[in-house]
Amino acid sequence: MTLLQTRGLRAFYGDFQALFDVDVTVAEGETVAIIGANGAGKTTFLRAVAGALSCGAEMVEFDGARVGALSAHEIVRRGIAMVPEGRRLFPSLTVEENLLLGGYCGRPGAWTLARVYELFPVLEERRAIPATSLSGGQQQMAAIGRALMSNPRLLLCDELSLGLAPVVIRDIYARLESITADGTALVIVEQDISRALEASTRFYCFQEGRVALTAACRGFDQEALTSAYFGL
Amino acid sequence: MEWLNIFVQGALLGGLYALFAIGLSLAFGIMRLVNIAHGDLIVLSAYVALMAVNATGMNPLVSIVVVVPVMFVLGYLLQRGLLNLTLSGGLLPPLLVTFGISVIIENLLLELVGADTYKLSAGSIETDSLHLGGGIAVGVYPLLVFATAALSIAGLQLLFYRTALGRAFRATSDDADTAELMGVDNRHLYAMAMAIAMIFTALAGVLMAIRTTFDPAAGPIRLIFAFEAVIIGGLGSLWGTLLGGMVLGIAQAVGAALSPTWQILAGHIAFLLILLVRPSGLFPRTRD
Repeated sequence: MTLLQTRGLRAFYGDFQALFDVDVTVAEGETVAIIGANGAGKTTFLRAVAGALSCGAEMVEFDGARVGALSAHEIVRRGIAMVPEGRRLFPSLTVEENLLLGGYCGRPGAWTLARVYELFPVLEERRAIPATSLSGGQQQMAAIGRALMSNPRLLLCDELSLGLAPVVIRDIYARLESITADGTALVIVEQDISRALEASTRFYCFQEGRVALTAACRGFDQEALTSAYFGL
Repeated sequence: MEWLNIFVQGALLGGLYALFAIGLSLAFGIMRLVNIAHGDLIVLSAYVALMAVNATGMNPLVSIVVVVPVMFVLGYLLQRGLLNLTLSGGLLPPLLVTFGISVIIENLLLELVGADTYKLSAGSIETDSLHLGGGIAVGVYPLLVFATAALSIAGLQLLFYRTALGRAFRATSDDADTAELMGVDNRHLYAMAMAIAMIFTALAGVLMAIRTTFDPAAGPIRLIFAFEAVIIGGLGSLWGTLLGGMVLGIAQAVGAALSPTWQILAGHIAFLLILLVRPSGLFPRTRD
């Protein structure tokens, strides 16, 4: 069943148009990768879906409702959570307080503090220290945990691997599976293409604000991806 | 002994200055909003108390149960309906708008109640004193005001570090955009911040009106005392604000003991000296 559908999604930064008629579909429980070069509009797409950038009401449909015109805090209540690029943890708050803030909207569901600690035990050990004292990988775990605390049906992950060691990236991606196991859909924006394709079932390749190619992650045409990615 | 007495009286006066400062400090800490109308809102609270006392004959201390909810609602509406609109364009727009509000409040009060000077009378509590031995006596009322300031700050600390609303205040102060992405409705949160700031503005107004006389033009000097207490204590630190109020109160008491004309000036001089020695105040806490 379709969970998220964007139709002709356009987004602007002032006069600059960053997205042109983007159509993306995500089914319930599905993991979808969005790849593309720098400036292709991947982060803009996530921000538009999350409500941080305004767009027309009919451009984003979630769970059968038009949500394009809602603001970010209302979108969270509907069940879309975001792990922002660069983690963006709150420096004045401890690790645990960051997680609790993720549950601020009070959406009921399976994710609790205890379950986040089960997924990332290191966060429980370090729960009382300021969130920005964590290592990069642990900060990424805290950012994922914070988003999960709102019990999302769709989790948007922006550049999970940014600035992290390969071994840490592998560890984090391994744990994403237990998030999707109970039906949460995932949209992964990544620079690391092979990592993203490995974790997903389908992908969209963005180029200059448009969808240049979409295909299943197994058995697609490598050359088509290369030309879609570089715009050749 | 005489000097010890002066220090104690000044420190207790600092409680009132800390109350002046709390609302200003909250609005700046959470929203980066410098509220120039803060002093006039303190005076407005005093007039609301005056009206409640005149209408019902209640003790001015009891009028707090009327003034606090009135100012709470006014604060929410003022922020939601007007000040929120000024926040996206940097520090200057809220500065100009609150300056306008300051002028409006002062002139509305002049128009509606006139330029007469008023003082609220709370009965014998104003003159009661406790003798601590060794020639030191403290007034019951200044002690009450100081205790109110200390309890207010303790209560705010609990709010900030023990409740979901307080967590949201701190998160929004760190990074408003990300807080919004995590489900915090910033427009409502800012309105709540101003409403809560107004609880302490209301307390300050009523307690000031019992201690001293007030008129429609009494706001700006309260704003300056509040600024000085916040800056001396260090931006972002509530306990620092209490200490800042005490430093200001002691400086004024010492100045007044030297010569009555020196009272206010001595406070300003102490403020400038502390700025010279520690430009970010005694207990700075802000990160940016």
